[in-house]
Amino acid sequence: MIKMEYYLIISTLMFFIGIYGFITRKNMIAVLVSLELMLNAVEINFAVFNRYLFPNQFEGMFFTFFGIVITASETVVALAIIINAYRTIGNIEI
Amino acid sequence: MNFSNFLYIGQEVRLIILLVILFLYDIFSPKKWGIFFQKIAIIGFAIVTVCNFIPYYAMHGEIFGGIYMTSNLTSFVKNILNVATFLVFLQSNSWLSSKDRILKQSEFYIISLVSLFGMYLMISAGNFMVLYVGIEMASLPLACLIAFDKNKKKSAKAGVKYILISALSSSVMLFGLSFLYGTLESFYFSDIVFNVNKDPLIILGFIFFFSALAFKLSLVPFHLWTADVYEGAPTSITAYLSVVSKGAAVFTLIFVLYKVFGNIEVIWRSILSCLSVVTIIVGNLFAIHQSDIKRFFAFSSISQVGYILLGIIAGTVQGMTATIFYVVVYLFSNLAIFGIISIVEFIENGDTRIKVFNGLYKSNPLLAFVMMVAIFSLGGIPPFAGFFSKFIIFMVAVEQKQYILVFIALLNTVISIYYYLLIVKAMFLEKKEEITFKKYKINIYNWINLTICTVGIFIVGVFSAIYKYIEVLSFGIS
Repeated sequence: MIKMEYYLIISTLMFFIGIYGFITRKNMIAVLVSLELMLNAVEINFAVFNRYLFPNQFEGMFFTFFGIVITASETVVALAIIINAYRTIGNIEI
Repeated sequence: MNFSNFLYIGQEVRLIILLVILFLYDIFSPKKWGIFFQKIAIIGFAIVTVCNFIPYYAMHGEIFGGIYMTSNLTSFVKNILNVATFLVFLQSNSWLSSKDRILKQSEFYIISLVSLFGMYLMISAGNFMVLYVGIEMASLPLACLIAFDKNKKKSAKAGVKYILISALSSSVMLFGLSFLYGTLESFYFSDIVFNVNKDPLIILGFIFFFSALAFKLSLVPFHLWTADVYEGAPTSITAYLSVVSKGAAVFTLIFVLYKVFGNIEVIWRSILSCLSVVTIIVGNLFAIHQSDIKRFFAFSSISQVGYILLGIIAGTVQGMTATIFYVVVYLFSNLAIFGIISIVEFIENGDTRIKVFNGLYKSNPLLAFVMMVAIFSLGGIPPFAGFFSKFIIFMVAVEQKQYILVFIALLNTVISIYYYLLIVKAMFLEKKEEITFKKYKINIYNWINLTICTVGIFIVGVFSAIYKYIEVLSFGIS
């Protein structure tokens, strides 16, 4: 079985790459992609903690599901607002 | 399933019923009836607000297996948010009645009610999952509202900024929550409250979690979005952001800190006291140089949150009471100010520079008077409610021996009175460049809003029953 630490290293790396992208990227869509990266890293964290530390319960998995759904809705709203900004301003640079 | 649980959440049920009614009315009513929508929404929400104030029986308890907590204090706090939302509805009336928005007015009411429901979830969450869902449910509709004026560049930009920043803050919060879950094994507040200790991983998780709420509160290192978003958003939405959303975040912070992180009080106290000092100072110093009135009040509201934190730092029942009381007073003063700004902005074709207020006393003495009262209340000048709320907050902090903090806060009160008086000076002493004085036409909804706010500013401070009532409720929770 793969050790838990490897998963955590991957998720932490993903999270901070996401933060780096959020700060440096100038394109709104790229910023949104970085956000997705961060949220997915967190969801890996929840699933891994649940699977390895508390295998008798499902709370972490449930949180992951909720997280995925809310992330999707967040992306939808953000994309709608970005499209509106593109129509009024003309570009999607921040 | 035990349906008696629903008896505890009467407020939420009433709000949802109103939402469904409005939604169905919007979809199925004939087009001719569209003009009644506003009246139905406002009257319906007024009925909901009044019904919520009627106490029907003890509402203290954990329901739905502990994911939801209700008490008399949470229901009172929700009533405060209800009143604030009602006042925002009243002042947004004239803005929504203009030609290009009359088709979209139903969206405004429905979206803001959904956001209010999210704030309910935030406040009475008993589980981190519900808290997270509540925070998202409150902030996603708000982003839509900020970008409500589709054709305005500023509004679109502000919407983008808000949604990206709120998504960032929520993902940071989730990162913290994942560590809390890893160390504490559960999301339920009642399960983890005894296990919270000074483990480094827990502290890390707490700091990540706290920074998300700090984004919502716009405490200083996380405040950079505030001025731009407040300026870009339509004025009624700015009022909603600065009072309702901020108030909900304050209440959530209080409940989470007291209920869950009570064991590591030393740590959050030190974090909060640093942030509070920086918040007050930076908010005040940036406010002095603003020439746009919405940016001005954005920074003023940042510094007000710094004072609110003083009450939370105290960490006692009196501290909680003082904080909630401060929010009530802040609500009335800020909504009066934004009501007047929206009136002036509407007449002056969207001009929100401070210069527009020059000579307001000559043209509209009553408006200038209400604005002055509200500003004095924010600044903390004696006969008005703002003085009493500031006094109580300082008193509570001094009782906990936070002398340096209170000293810095007092110094900053003086600075804040300087820049608040700049606006009063503009209204009463400066002359307007144009010769013609416009007498503004103000519709009945705005009058009701301004009357309620002014009465609130005068009454809440002097009439001590309100403070006593909050204190009784606060003792119930701890």
